[in-house]
Amino acid sequence: MMNRLTLDLWVGFFVAIGLASLLFLALKVGNLSASNGGETYRLEAKFDNIGGLKIRAPVKSAGVVVGRVSEIRFDSDNYVAVVAMQVDGRYKFPRDTFATILTSGLLGEQYVGFEVGGDPEMLKGGDVIKKTQSAVVIEKLISQFLFNKAAETGEQQQ
Amino acid sequence: MPERIADALRWLGKRVNDRLWRLGFASRFFVMTLLYSGTAMRRFFLTVREIYFTGVLSLIIILVSGLFVGMVLGLQGYDTLQRYGSSEALGVLVALSLVRELGPVVAALLFASRAGSAITAEIGLMKATEQLSAMEMMAVNPIARVVAPRFWAGVISMPMLAALFSAMGVFGGYLVGVQLIGVDEGSFWSQMQASVDFREDVMNGVIKSFVFGVIVSWIAVFEGYDAEPTAEGVSGATTRTVVTSSLAILAADFILTALMFRGA
Repeated sequence: MMNRLTLDLWVGFFVAIGLASLLFLALKVGNLSASNGGETYRLEAKFDNIGGLKIRAPVKSAGVVVGRVSEIRFDSDNYVAVVAMQVDGRYKFPRDTFATILTSGLLGEQYVGFEVGGDPEMLKGGDVIKKTQSAVVIEKLISQFLFNKAAETGEQQQ
Repeated sequence: MPERIADALRWLGKRVNDRLWRLGFASRFFVMTLLYSGTAMRRFFLTVREIYFTGVLSLIIILVSGLFVGMVLGLQGYDTLQRYGSSEALGVLVALSLVRELGPVVAALLFASRAGSAITAEIGLMKATEQLSAMEMMAVNPIARVVAPRFWAGVISMPMLAALFSAMGVFGGYLVGVQLIGVDEGSFWSQMQASVDFREDVMNGVIKSFVFGVIVSWIAVFEGYDAEPTAEGVSGATTRTVVTSSLAILAADFILTALMFRGA
């Protein structure tokens, strides 16, 4: 039987590298270092159609992630989708910011894009973004295209 | 003829009753282990000694298999991802599959066969050589003195081993993906960090490995304590530990995954 000090040393070593690998997973593999637990403020936007937008989807402005979608619900009075977002407190956006639902790549995830306007007044926590544009639904796009095509050929035949 | 049917039913009923009784005994044993854990905590050296046997001595097998699993994931993942022109997502694939699933599950399976079987054999042999009865004779509770430290050592070691397995696997995937194949190092790490969430992925993996630790240690100490006190009985109990805990790990993994990742 090995003596107590050696045993303690080995177990201490084991626990230390176990915790170190957990730290490695948290900081290097995961995004604990990136997700600052800093101040955020809540913005809402109403969309006619949100497509495939999900909770926790990124909110981007100029391609940089500035927040996350925190809640999606249906407004049964106006029949629109209400998307709530938690935006990083370090970033302020003008009141006439344009919120669009975009897709990263052809088949990628959907996210909310902010296009910044020129209003001197800034959005505050709890504000609702007035100007929005819905997600592009591919089926609608295709049917519109086919409809136009059909109309064109109809005119030519006449 | 009715005799035959009655016999068959009796046989079936006896089997079900036996199983139920054993399950009930295992549950009572689990509660008793928790109740008598005081000694294992007060005289923590007892537990530390068992952590050495279950945790430290499992290090080599866990680290080596983690490295190889990660390297294989790197090769296989690259082969499939490059067909879709997204080989930069290799880091995401390797990290998510290790942290969420392979780390906890494979580490628990290895732990069950490496440490669980040893615990069962040790306790079973103590029972066969009447060391447990001798302890009771000396007014030492064998559950407090023998079972609880081994149980807690397993519960403490398991999350550590799973984290080590995942970390080693990510390193293996990095070795193969970046150093050998030549995936861009920056996008390998940055895409990984962008997609692996600390709470959703890393913490859920830790919770899984903790649950597996409880399951494996419980089955191992119970099978040892319940073993028939013969050479045959101990060998049978050791086999049952590995089989039962492997099945329990996989079943529990399904339930935990269903609870954790139902899709938002």
